[in-house]
Amino acid sequence: MAENVTPRIRVPRDATAGETITIKTLISHPMESGQRKDSDGNRIPRSIINRFTCDFNGENVIDVTFEPAISTNPFLEFQAVVPEAGTFTFTWYDDDGDVYTDTKDIAIS
Amino acid sequence: MNKSFFTIGALCAAVAVPFGFAVADESANLVIDGELEITVRAPAPDHLENLDEITSGWVYRATETQAMQADDFDNPGMIFVDNGREIWNTVEGENGESCASCHGSPEELAGVTAVYPQWNEEAGEVRTISMQVNNCRTEQMGAEEWDYDKTDLLNVTALLASVSRGMSVNVAIDGPAQSTWEQGRDLYYTRTGQLELSCANCHEDNFGNNIRADHLSQGQINGFPTYRLKNARLNGVQSRFRGCVRDTRAETYAVGSPEFVALELYVMSRGNGLDIEGPSVRN
Amino acid sequence: MSFTRRDTLLMAMGTAVAAAIPFKAFADVDADIEAFTGGAEMGNEGITLIAPEIAENGNTVPIEVDAPGAVSILVLATGNPTPAVVTFNFGPLSGAQMASTRIRLAGTQDVMAIAKMPDGSFVRASQEVKVTIGGCGG
Repeated sequence: MAENVTPRIRVPRDATAGETITIKTLISHPMESGQRKDSDGNRIPRSIINRFTCDFNGENVIDVTFEPAISTNPFLEFQAVVPEAGTFTFTWYDDDGDVYTDTKDIAIS
Repeated sequence: MNKSFFTIGALCAAVAVPFGFAVADESANLVIDGELEITVRAPAPDHLENLDEITSGWVYRATETQAMQADDFDNPGMIFVDNGREIWNTVEGENGESCASCHGSPEELAGVTAVYPQWNEEAGEVRTISMQVNNCRTEQMGAEEWDYDKTDLLNVTALLASVSRGMSVNVAIDGPAQSTWEQGRDLYYTRTGQLELSCANCHEDNFGNNIRADHLSQGQINGFPTYRLKNARLNGVQSRFRGCVRDTRAETYAVGSPEFVALELYVMSRGNGLDIEGPSVRN
Repeated sequence: MSFTRRDTLLMAMGTAVAAAIPFKAFADVDADIEAFTGGAEMGNEGITLIAPEIAENGNTVPIEVDAPGAVSILVLATGNPTPAVVTFNFGPLSGAQMASTRIRLAGTQDVMAIAKMPDGSFVRASQEVKVTIGGCGG
């Protein structure tokens, strides 16, 4: 079970209707690849964040499949259209079944 | 075995090899989030006889790595500063207090990291900031000491460094700290190990050159704790000292040992005039 | 020149080993590409892959992909033990079909990005990234 998994999100506070904004996300997670061996020579099993989604007011912005080659503390930068004011929902899915979510509101200026 | 063979070999390896290191812009300046200017090059302090200018390790890294530190979101070390902030506000220990109970917000300790390591009169010794944090925990909070250079201590020292960013390193090398400082200086210039290398051989004589694929810096520590791309986590100064000593194939001192405390004081003083940068991003 | 039995055996083993390795690496990559494209031909216009020429450290390599109008983009590290790295699937509210992330590369290799376009066609971009080891930074 991954410990101390902390998400971090950067979304602008507001945008004009229809504007494209840049979103950055980071989550602290070891992303154990399954390639490493412990001191006894046994393989440490894979345990990664395998999927990330971003939705806005219920519609999907991006859906990302992560493989073990994604670095520890997965970082993502992408673009979203903001048609109206509302809430972005960010979800990370862990191999071990945990699901981490966070939200960010955005206003229309 | 022939001593000079290793020395010559090591020095040959340190000669500039343009192909084979990531593109670095040694003339770039560091401005964080477009606002916070960090002094990454400065005139060498008086006690440093062999250098005219001191430069931060940031200067020697690839442009992509430099860019990562110039944005507080892109800098992965900052997520651990956030964790440090949570720890700061967490009550622990017999006296039912948190760091915040006595110190208020971390911002109120701006400037502290810049003057550590420093002499502690009551204790009669030079203390690193990690030692001081632990002392606060045991004496003031009635809490347990944190392991040196492990997660909790790294997160809190990263937090303390982050609120001192942009402030000049200014550690005292005279007065009661002087003998410790001199011990550190002697360690810095002493060749050790199978490779017969001193810190100075690489970091004073060959900064800017390559040792195999590594672009050598001056070995400044104004940016610690540092987020290393290599292990994707925060790293403490003394752990880095251990790594360096091991790389010269010498028997290394322990993290928290008096030798490393002296070395940390000395090396920090070589950066007097650079700005605190932690948590920095390095290779 | 006469070869001892040992020489002959070693040469034969060496050849066999040398022949075995590249087959496996390419087979994995081909399988991943096939799964994504269904074997379709790939063009090379309309997709950009930005990666450093020389990675500061193979454990954390920043990359960016951009393919305006794409449905999804697959990134492969052709020299990694398992080549698949990440797949970006762009939804209706995607502002631009681009993304940046940080990846692990096991050694010097070609990094490949393949975009699937709305009309069912595929385009790809590829770049070699050098990954170095050594020096006292470790």
